Amino acid sequence: MKIGILALQGAFLEHRNALESLGVNCQEIRQKSDLSGISALVLPGGESTVQGKLLHSLDLFSDLQKEIKEGLPVLATCAGLILLAQEIEGSSSPHLATLPVCVKRNAYGRQLGSFECTSTVGDIQDFPHTFIRAPYITRVSEGVEILSKVEDHIVGVSYQKQIGLAFHPEMTKDLRIHKMFLDLI
Amino acid sequence: MKEKNTQYELNKGLAQMLKGGVIMDVTTPEQAKIAEAAGACAVMALERIPADIRAAGGVSRMSDPKMIRGIQEAVSIPVMAKCRIGHFVEAQILEAIQIDYIDESEVLTPADDIYHIDKSKFKVPFVCGARDLGEALRRISEGASMIRTKGEPGTGDVVQAVSHIRKMNSEIRRIISLSEDELFEAAKTLQVPYDLLLFVHKEGKLPVVNFAAGGVATPADAALMMQLGAEGVFVGSGIFKSGNPKKRAEAIVQAVTNYQDASLIAKLSEDLGEAMVGINPNEIKLIMEERGQ
Repeated sequence: MKIGILALQGAFLEHRNALESLGVNCQEIRQKSDLSGISALVLPGGESTVQGKLLHSLDLFSDLQKEIKEGLPVLATCAGLILLAQEIEGSSSPHLATLPVCVKRNAYGRQLGSFECTSTVGDIQDFPHTFIRAPYITRVSEGVEILSKVEDHIVGVSYQKQIGLAFHPEMTKDLRIHKMFLDLI
Repeated sequence: MKEKNTQYELNKGLAQMLKGGVIMDVTTPEQAKIAEAAGACAVMALERIPADIRAAGGVSRMSDPKMIRGIQEAVSIPVMAKCRIGHFVEAQILEAIQIDYIDESEVLTPADDIYHIDKSKFKVPFVCGARDLGEALRRISEGASMIRTKGEPGTGDVVQAVSHIRKMNSEIRRIISLSEDELFEAAKTLQVPYDLLLFVHKEGKLPVVNFAAGGVATPADAALMMQLGAEGVFVGSGIFKSGNPKKRAEAIVQAVTNYQDASLIAKLSEDLGEAMVGINPNEIKLIMEERGQ
């Protein structure tokens, strides 16, 4: 099994290290030819505007969108969640739009609003949540399972084979979420 | 509330999110929007880009906070701004307007010829320039959560940035090769704290993200810095001093993502219009990289 990690910009190496320490092969995705043979996908943190733009200029967009719609398992963190969301507050142009939720970008403000806390993620107790200029989810459609909430805001969801998180499990040493993702595949 | 230590980790974390990206100098909200649309992962708000600072001469200071706020309102990506080396009040002002990253920069005229800012006193993150491992670790020990090569800003000549990243990498390789008891002497020679040097020895890299900066003007320059081990690139004068800023900015962003794909970079390098004219560092009197060591 090989997991593709979108490596256009951002903290993709951190996901790669986490997955490789669990014994999984990873493939960095920088262009179309990198997509072949992957059985799951990670959309890392970074800047969603940059990654969204590069998806188009490197002609990855339609293939990726099609594969996710057809059931390719995805773990998306922070900017990755924004790429998946069907709606982005204040913007009329969502990106992959495969996850039926609405997100608010930079929902906690600028860098001085970044923070850390612990919370439950599905069945996982006391998971460290690292929020960096993070979004949160303002609305979910039917069928979306809420995995995690912090201060009444939704910060983690799953829908079919897609997991979307507003925080960064790859920035911690705790591998439980990456294990949960492997179980989903 | 948030502890100091946590904040530093979050600040290092923001730099990690910028990796693989291009940070562009902008002087107006319009330029900031062009940069964001072209795929900049952050913008550096300043009144004059380094090439113009060189041309104007005189004392160069922190930008007008109102101008910086205008740029903060124009884009959704992180906004950075520069303060003078050692000018902790300029840094306090930038923190007060909620800047995302402060660049304590040799591009501006230094305010203190001995001391850098004690960056550990701030919540807001700092990036600092460095020409070698010693400078980098000294800035980190003062609280910098991101490092960039100094290069020679405003020249359009990449030679100094190349020399700085090569020097840093070769010093890191040397530190890896030392035995642990030799690190004490190395720390003394490099004038850096032992614990930071021990990190470099064990992990084989700087404790924070390291970008390239200073003189990057083409997609090829940007890919060169990435292949030499930079984790991302600052482009200062190179974009908005060129013939077609939008196209050049987009090309540099793609070249940084696919820095090992020469045929793609060849395509990206076509028809970019005029690059910034550039100036050879040997021809200039003001050497900015020597500021703050």
